[in-house]
Amino acid sequence: MIAALTSLTILGAFLGLVLGIAARVFKVEGNPLTAELIAILPGSQCGQCGFPGCAGAAQALAEGRAPVTLCPPGGRAVALALAAKLGTEVNLAGMKDAVPMMAEVQEEICIGCTRCFKVCPTDAIVGAAQQIHSVFREACTACGKCEEVCPTESIKLQPILVTLQSWRWHKPVEAA
Amino acid sequence: MNLFDLRGGIHPEGRKNLSAAHPICALPVPKRLFIPLQQHIGAPAQPVVAVGQNVLKGQLLATAQGALSSAIHAPTSGVITGLGDCTAPHPSGLAVPSITLDSDGESRWIALIATADPFQLTPEEISQRVAAAGIVGLGGATFPSALKLNLSHGVQTLIMNGGECEPYLTCDDRIMQERAAQIMQGIQLIAHAVAAQEVLVGIEDNKPEAIAAMQAAAKNTSVKVTAMPSMYPMGSEKQIIQVLTGKEIPAGGRPADIGVLVHNVATAFAVQQAIVEGKPLISRIVTVSGGAIKVPCNLEVLVGTPMQELIDFAGGYVQPAARLVLGGPMMGQQISNPAVPVVKGTSGVLALTTAEIGQAEPAPCIRCSSCVRACPVGLLPLEMAAHIRTANLSGAVNLGLKDCIACGSCSYVCPAHIPLVHFFNYAKGDLTAQERTKLKQESTKKLAEERSERIARIERARAEAAAKRKAAREAKERAAAAKLTTEAV
Amino acid sequence: MNPIAHSPHAHAPITLSKVMMTVMMALIPATLYGFWLYGWSAVMLWMISIFAAIASEALVVRWQGRGVKTALLDGSGVLTAWLLAISLPPTAPWWIAVLGSVFAVTICKQVFGGLGQNVFNPAMAARVMLLISFPLEMTTWVSPVDGMASASVLGHVKTELTRGISMDTSLVGHFSMLDGLVGNRIGSMGETAAILLLLGGVFLIFRRIITWHIPVAMMLGVAVPALLFHSIDSTHYASPLVHLLSGGLILGAFFIATDPVTSPNTAMGQLIFGAGCGLMTWIIRTWGGYPEGVAFAVLMLNAGTPIIDHYVKPRIYGRDRKGVALPVKKG
Repeated sequence: MIAALTSLTILGAFLGLVLGIAARVFKVEGNPLTAELIAILPGSQCGQCGFPGCAGAAQALAEGRAPVTLCPPGGRAVALALAAKLGTEVNLAGMKDAVPMMAEVQEEICIGCTRCFKVCPTDAIVGAAQQIHSVFREACTACGKCEEVCPTESIKLQPILVTLQSWRWHKPVEAA
Repeated sequence: MNLFDLRGGIHPEGRKNLSAAHPICALPVPKRLFIPLQQHIGAPAQPVVAVGQNVLKGQLLATAQGALSSAIHAPTSGVITGLGDCTAPHPSGLAVPSITLDSDGESRWIALIATADPFQLTPEEISQRVAAAGIVGLGGATFPSALKLNLSHGVQTLIMNGGECEPYLTCDDRIMQERAAQIMQGIQLIAHAVAAQEVLVGIEDNKPEAIAAMQAAAKNTSVKVTAMPSMYPMGSEKQIIQVLTGKEIPAGGRPADIGVLVHNVATAFAVQQAIVEGKPLISRIVTVSGGAIKVPCNLEVLVGTPMQELIDFAGGYVQPAARLVLGGPMMGQQISNPAVPVVKGTSGVLALTTAEIGQAEPAPCIRCSSCVRACPVGLLPLEMAAHIRTANLSGAVNLGLKDCIACGSCSYVCPAHIPLVHFFNYAKGDLTAQERTKLKQESTKKLAEERSERIARIERARAEAAAKRKAAREAKERAAAAKLTTEAV
Repeated sequence: MNPIAHSPHAHAPITLSKVMMTVMMALIPATLYGFWLYGWSAVMLWMISIFAAIASEALVVRWQGRGVKTALLDGSGVLTAWLLAISLPPTAPWWIAVLGSVFAVTICKQVFGGLGQNVFNPAMAARVMLLISFPLEMTTWVSPVDGMASASVLGHVKTELTRGISMDTSLVGHFSMLDGLVGNRIGSMGETAAILLLLGGVFLIFRRIITWHIPVAMMLGVAVPALLFHSIDSTHYASPLVHLLSGGLILGAFFIATDPVTSPNTAMGQLIFGAGCGLMTWIIRTWGGYPEGVAFAVLMLNAGTPIIDHYVKPRIYGRDRKGVALPVKKG
C-alpha cells in the first residue's frame, strides 16, 4: 500500500517536473502555423472575413476561433486547402460559393476621380485622373473597397454572368 | 484481321432500323440560318462580314482565331441580317455569338477551285486547305481537323472511325453506303497528308451494307476495312484504337503518342470535298429519329438550320416528345428550345418518348457492380459517385475521375437509376472551376503583394526625398546663419 | 431544380424491384418444394417471417421520416425475410421467425442506413443471432421422411466423430447423394433440395443478376480442401460431395454470398471472397464447434469485403496496375 502510494507519487512528481521544464525550454514564440495559413489565404487584405486582414484571419484560424470557410473570395478552393492544413474535416456539401461578382464601372457617371484606383488592393482598376476607369476581370477579387469610396456610385459589384465557357452541370438531385 | 478484346461495354437496344433504310435526302434550304461562331473546340471565329452584306454560298463568314479554332462559311447565298446572339445548341440554353443569314433561295456558289490531281499536293498544302475549309471532327468532338493532321504527321496507323455505336444514329451508315468512293479518296488524302503506314477502317458489324460498300471502294488500295463487334462505346476514340490495334493511349495523352490518328468517316468525306472540289464544310448528314418522329430519316442539312425545320420535314410528331436530344441518346444533349441551329458536330436530332428514355427515380446503390462491369475504362463508378455525393472530389480523382470518358455506360445499366455520369460531369466541372479560382487567387495575391511593395517603395522614396529636402533646408539655414555670424563679426 | 436532364437518354430495362423480384422467382421452386415436404408449419413460418419484415421495416422507415412506400417497394426486406425463413428449421416456433425478421431488417439493415449501407448480410446475421441465442430451437430438425426429430447430416457426423465412430460408418444410411440432390434429407426448408436451388442459381446467372464468380469460387473453396483431406484420411474428413450437397452450401453460394451489398465489386475480388467463404465454411464444419459454417463464413468474409475492395481494383485504361500512365511510344 505504502509502496504503491509512494511510487505513484514519485512518478507523478517526476513527470510533472519533466513537463514543466519542457514547457519552458521548448517554448515557441508565436504560432508557426499562422505563417503557413497566411500563405494559403488570398492576401488581398480585403477584410471580408471580419478580421484585420489576412494575417488576422490566419491567427484566428490557428487559434480555432474561425471556421475554415471564413474567406468569401477564396471560396471552396481555399476552404479545402485550409482544412487540409489544419487537419480538420470540412463538409463543403452545404457550402455554396457566393455568386461570383466583379466590380464594373458605369461609364456615364464615372468622373475619373481615381479614388477607386488608389484603394484597389490588386491593381485591378486602370485609368488616370479625369479619365474613365475600367476593371480587369482577371484581377478583381470583388472585395468592394472601390464601391465604398466611389463618390458617384458609378463603380459597383455586379454578378459575373454565366457563359457557355463557364457553365457547368449542376449536382444531381437524388431522392432521400 | 484479328481484333483485340475490350473491357466492359454495353449492348443497348440499337433502334437503328427506324432510319437505317432511308437514303440521304437534302433538306430544302431554310429561309433563315443561325450560324454560331463557335461550332468547334477552341476560340470562337472572328466575323469578316457586315450586316446587310450579300454573300455567296461557300463564302468565308468568319476566320479562325489561332490554331485551335475553325473558319466558318456561308451555307447558302443570301444576305447577312444580323451579328448577335442566338440560343446555343447546348443544354444550358445560353447565348452563343452567331451570324444570321437570310437565304435568297438561289444557292449561288462562289468560284470553286477544283484540284485535278490532289495527290500532287504536299501534306502542308492539304492541311492548309482542310483548315481553310473549316473542317472539324464530325464524329461529335469537333476538334479542328487540320490541327489534328499537323500534330499527327508520321503516325504509323490511320484509323477511320465508322463505328457509329450510338443507338438511333445512321448518318455514318448511310454516308458510307452512298458515298463510299468519295470517302475512300478522302481517307487516302488524309493518309497521304500524315504519311501513315497503314490505314484501317473500323465499322460495327450491325452495318453489313456499309461494310460491303466500303470494302468494294477499298479494292486495289492498301486500306483495310474491318468489321468490329457491335458494342457501345466502340466508336469512342480510345476503344476503337484498342480493338483494332491492341494499344492504349497513355493516360492524359493523345493518340499520336502511340502513333495513331483517328478520324471519322464523315470527316473523310468533308476532306475529299474540300481538297478535290474546293467546297468548304457547310453541310452535314443528320439522322432525325426517335419514337415521337413520324418519318425518321437521314437528311443532308446546311449548318445553321434550326432543329425545328428538320423535325417538320420528317413529318412532325406522332406523339408528344418527352425529350429533344442533339446527338445520340448515350452522350447527346437535351435541348429545350427547338429553334437552336444544327452545327458541324450535330449527328442526330432525336425526339424521344417517355418509354424510350426509361427514366425512373434514383434509388439507393446496392453495390451490384453492374457499373464496374460496364465501364470500358476500368473505373469504379459506384465508389466515385459516393465520394462526389459527399463533396470529396479528391477522393473521386484518386479513383480515376479524370480518366472517365463520360460514355454513360454506367448510368445506362444501373438498376437503381443513379445518374452516375451526371455526377462525374458535375465533379469535372467543379474541379475546373476550382482550378480556375485557384489560378486567379494566385495571380491576385501576386498583384496585391506587388502593390504593397510598390506603395512601400513610394513611401520610402517620399521619406528619403523629404529627408533630403530637410537636410538641404537645414544646410541652407546653417549657411545663412554662418553668413550672418560672419557679417556680424 | 434544373429541368435539363443529363445523358444518357436511354436506360436498360431494369430497376431495383425487378432485381429483387428475379431473385425471389429463382427461390420459388425450392421454397414450394420445402412447403410440400414440411407442410403447413413451413408455410406459416415463411408467411410470418415476411409479414414481420414488412411491418417492422414500415415502422422504422416511418420513424426515420422517410417515404414508407419507396422503401418497401424495392422488395429488399421481403427478400431478406424469405432467405431467413428458408434457412430456419421448418418446425421452429413462430416467434423465432418474428425475432429473426425484425432483427434482420431493423438492426442489420436500417440501423446501418437502409438498403445498400449494411456491412453484413442481414439474413445470415439474423440466423447467427438466433443460433447463438436459441440453440435448442435452431438445431431441432425433423426428418421429412418419417417426421421424427433427428440431427442434420453434418450434425450427425460431428456427434458421431466425437463418439469415435468414423465417418464412413456414420454416413451409411444417413446420407446418399441422390437424397441430397432431391432434398430427401434433413435440413431447413429451403436448403434441402440442392438441385432446385442450383436451378434457381443458374437462372440468376443467366438473367445476369449475379455472376458465376462467387458461387463457383465458394464451391471450389469447399470442395478443394475437402477432396485433399478426404483422400488423405477418409475416416475423419467428409468427401467433397457430402460437403457440397449438405447444409446450406448451395443456398449460400448462389443466394447469400452473392448479396451485392456485402460482397466485393470486382470479378477478382469476388473470386477471392467466394473462395474465402468456401474455405471458412469447410474449416468451421471440419474443426469448428458448430456443425454448419456457411452463415459464419459469409459474415466473416462480409467483414473483409471493404479491404478486398480497397486492394483489388480494375486496371484503368491507359495506366498500369499501379495507376501510372503507360509510356509514350510513337511510331
